[in-house]
Amino acid sequence: MSKTNPKMTARNVSVFYGDKKAVDDVSIDVGREHVTAFIGPSGCGKSTFLRAFNRMNDTIANARVEGRIELDGEDVYASKMDVVQLRARVGMVFQKPNPFPKSIYENVAYGPRIHGLAAGKAEMDEIVERSLKRAGLWEEVKDRLAESGTALSGGQQQRLCIARAIAVDPEVILMDEPASALDPIATAKIEELIHELRGRYAIVIVTHNMQQAARVSQRTAFFHLGSLVEYGDTTEIFTNPKATRTKDYITGRYG
Amino acid sequence: MQTTGHTVKAFDEELDQLRSLIVEMGGLAQGAISEAMRCLVERDLEGARRVVEADRRLDSLEAEADRRVIQLIALRAPLADDLREIIAALKIAGIIERIGDYAKNIAKRVKMLESKGEIEPLSLLPEMGRITAEMVGEVLEAFVERDSAKARRVCERDALVDDFYDSIFRALLTFMIENPRNITQSAHLLFVAKHLERIGDHATNIGEMVHYAATGEWLPERGHDGDKRSAAATPA
Repeated sequence: MSKTNPKMTARNVSVFYGDKKAVDDVSIDVGREHVTAFIGPSGCGKSTFLRAFNRMNDTIANARVEGRIELDGEDVYASKMDVVQLRARVGMVFQKPNPFPKSIYENVAYGPRIHGLAAGKAEMDEIVERSLKRAGLWEEVKDRLAESGTALSGGQQQRLCIARAIAVDPEVILMDEPASALDPIATAKIEELIHELRGRYAIVIVTHNMQQAARVSQRTAFFHLGSLVEYGDTTEIFTNPKATRTKDYITGRYG
Repeated sequence: MQTTGHTVKAFDEELDQLRSLIVEMGGLAQGAISEAMRCLVERDLEGARRVVEADRRLDSLEAEADRRVIQLIALRAPLADDLREIIAALKIAGIIERIGDYAKNIAKRVKMLESKGEIEPLSLLPEMGRITAEMVGEVLEAFVERDSAKARRVCERDALVDDFYDSIFRALLTFMIENPRNITQSAHLLFVAKHLERIGDHATNIGEMVHYAATGEWLPERGHDGDKRSAAATPA
């Protein structure tokens, strides 16, 4: 169970942008078998908190993280932690699909190449095919792997980005609004993909779309004004939330 | 429970309309029980005919409630207490419609009780009718007020209805043994008592739904109806 053996843990995590506290003393366990959804209004700190899991906040000049985040018991912020390695283990998919302006093949092969995961061309071909298959994109692109990734549709680009994240064989995939720029059909494909990836990777998804959180996740965390208000089974959060703030948000009474 | 309205005001209006519909149904059902019992006691054939006719209105209101609930779920994707209340409304509408059917059936029996002779068990029936009608009224107040304590009190009163049913059942048995000529009449009264007992069970089911809608918790012993407490009603 995730409760006894979580994939990632956060303890008393606060994130600052300069003097401004964006995340306030959040502790949470992320289960290895679960899709965990972070929900909450804009500016509640959920994306900032998500980015603390693989140190994406390091790239922001005045951002500072307090508290402790562990990946399988290892301190993510320890000085000996190799950040490039960390981000391979804890991959990320963003709101806007951001394929490299390279071929579809190269988009997927890039990560394995810099991490030295493939011994030769044949092995790389295998990784690319497997990743694209897991991302549910193989059938659509197998005959045009040399074409540019940016020429794909938005939904295909996003699945390409998921294939790219999968290619380095991560343990955790963080998704920040992965479907908010996509139409309902492309969104459904992403959600189906999340469902299929569950179990193989621990998945954390930030979403504004509450129905999406309800559809894809088993655990849901509600954030408000930088604090974690409520964290529990998705079914329970959406049928019988305990906190008034959670209820007001998910029923559309917020603000 | 909640005080603030939804950001989308139309959603609040639609919820209010659904609540009004349920309240109207409850009022009609409660009135139908009282009126059917009055007609029974006073042998008011014309009044009984009106009760039977008025039941059509309940049927159409139930259909209207179903339509609105489906629309709300499709268009508003309700969650948490909204979802619980809407599902409760859907089930309650169905239950009230059945309560109306029982009242109608009682009214239909008025013309079959041709004899004006005093039947002793008949003296208990009006009181039983009064209690069940009151339960229906109160449980719907509890629904509108989201008052789980009030809903539970209604559920507790069902034991009293069951006691009434047991007494009437025994009294009618004795009466039939002593006066075989009145068996037809007594059998009709037995059905009336059984219908009232079922109405009490239905009011209890509504109370359970109200409790769930208000608290998100199920009351224990869900799925059992009042029959198990009513020894005389259970076939050997």
